Amino acid sequence: MKLLTHNFLSSHVKGVGPRGFPLRLQASEVRIMPVEFNPEFVARMIPKVEWAALLEAANTLCLGEVPTEPTQGYEQDETFLRQMHHILLEVEVMEGTLQCPESGRVFPITRGIPNMLLSDEETAA
Amino acid sequence: MACGGRRPEHGGPPELFYDKNEARKYLRNSRIIAIQTKMTERALELLNLPDEKPCYLLDIGCGTGLSGDFLSDEGHYWVGIDISPAMLDAALDREAQGDLLLGDMGQGIPFKPGSFDGCISISAVQWLCNANKKCDIPAKRLYCFFTSLYSVLVRGARAVLQLYPENPEQLELITTQAMKAGFTGGVVVDYPNSAKAKKFYLCLFSGPSTFLPKGLNEVKDEEEARQSTFTKKRVPFRIAKSGVVKNRVVRKSREWVLEKKERRRRQGKEVRPDTQYTGRKRKPYF
Repeated sequence: MKLLTHNFLSSHVKGVGPRGFPLRLQASEVRIMPVEFNPEFVARMIPKVEWAALLEAANTLCLGEVPTEPTQGYEQDETFLRQMHHILLEVEVMEGTLQCPESGRVFPITRGIPNMLLSDEETAA
Repeated sequence: MACGGRRPEHGGPPELFYDKNEARKYLRNSRIIAIQTKMTERALELLNLPDEKPCYLLDIGCGTGLSGDFLSDEGHYWVGIDISPAMLDAALDREAQGDLLLGDMGQGIPFKPGSFDGCISISAVQWLCNANKKCDIPAKRLYCFFTSLYSVLVRGARAVLQLYPENPEQLELITTQAMKAGFTGGVVVDYPNSAKAKKFYLCLFSGPSTFLPKGLNEVKDEEEARQSTFTKKRVPFRIAKSGVVKNRVVRKSREWVLEKKERRRRQGKEVRPDTQYTGRKRKPYF
């Protein structure tokens, strides 16, 4: 699971709504997988990223240097874009958990795939 | 995949149907791969994304990542959801480039609002129409799916869902729930007159309504007439009945000339371009 995906994932447990974001990340195994750099895509995603959630996730994974906010004129700043590309797209959480901040429900991550299946009681339907 | 005979949805839930054996078919069977890829290509075409811009897309029922690979090849980034662990394992083996989630679309899409620039789904949504547990109500699950899908899409984004509806009532049920969730749009049917080639694409718009794209249709006798086929085969242009020759086109007329030129072009021969003078009436002494 990439950090970009984690930044958009939200808990869909019944009754939780917008308080289900962001999911608290715990990782026991992290891998770095190189991904081709596409500056246009990274620049498009920057405004949609929730920075507080990203910083929290990066801290739990001990990623080190993470910019605290997008620099002015980030679309042309290649160093900044490459850095964000690495953080968002190249860091893969292979084993760990995601926890819903509101309900406390834990979603396990195995082989890089989070298990988001809910039981019948937790489903909104 | 629904072939002639029992529909897979009647045999049980998708996570059991799509086991390791089924997953292997999607890895090995070239026919399945070809069909799925073609449908993904068409779905992407219908999605009408802005030219040359890499987008963040959702793939519902991504399975082994066949459709996702096509998205990656087009330069997009995607997240796939599937309910079958076996299919997702196969996707990992194929090193699918998108992020994968194990989830049930009928429980809702677990993303924050406005996450995705578009959504596709190939051969998956019809599974929501059959209740596999006593507490399942298909209409409610469909509604839950569509409302959450509407929310996670960026305003103005589209969702193109290719599906195999069992009957018109099922298609009606699905479309109604989608409209209730706030989507506009409708069903695009490709090759409606062919039993094998007929495909349904539910095109949903989350913004102001735009016109619905036209479905593909057969051209004359061939379904693949859009692509050039270079053969020496003669394509018959008139239906000859014993004794009486019923011409679909009058011989030597302008129409006949144009058809003959078209036929020769399909055969790959060099043909002069059609102009206003093509097949014009000549003076009696030519």
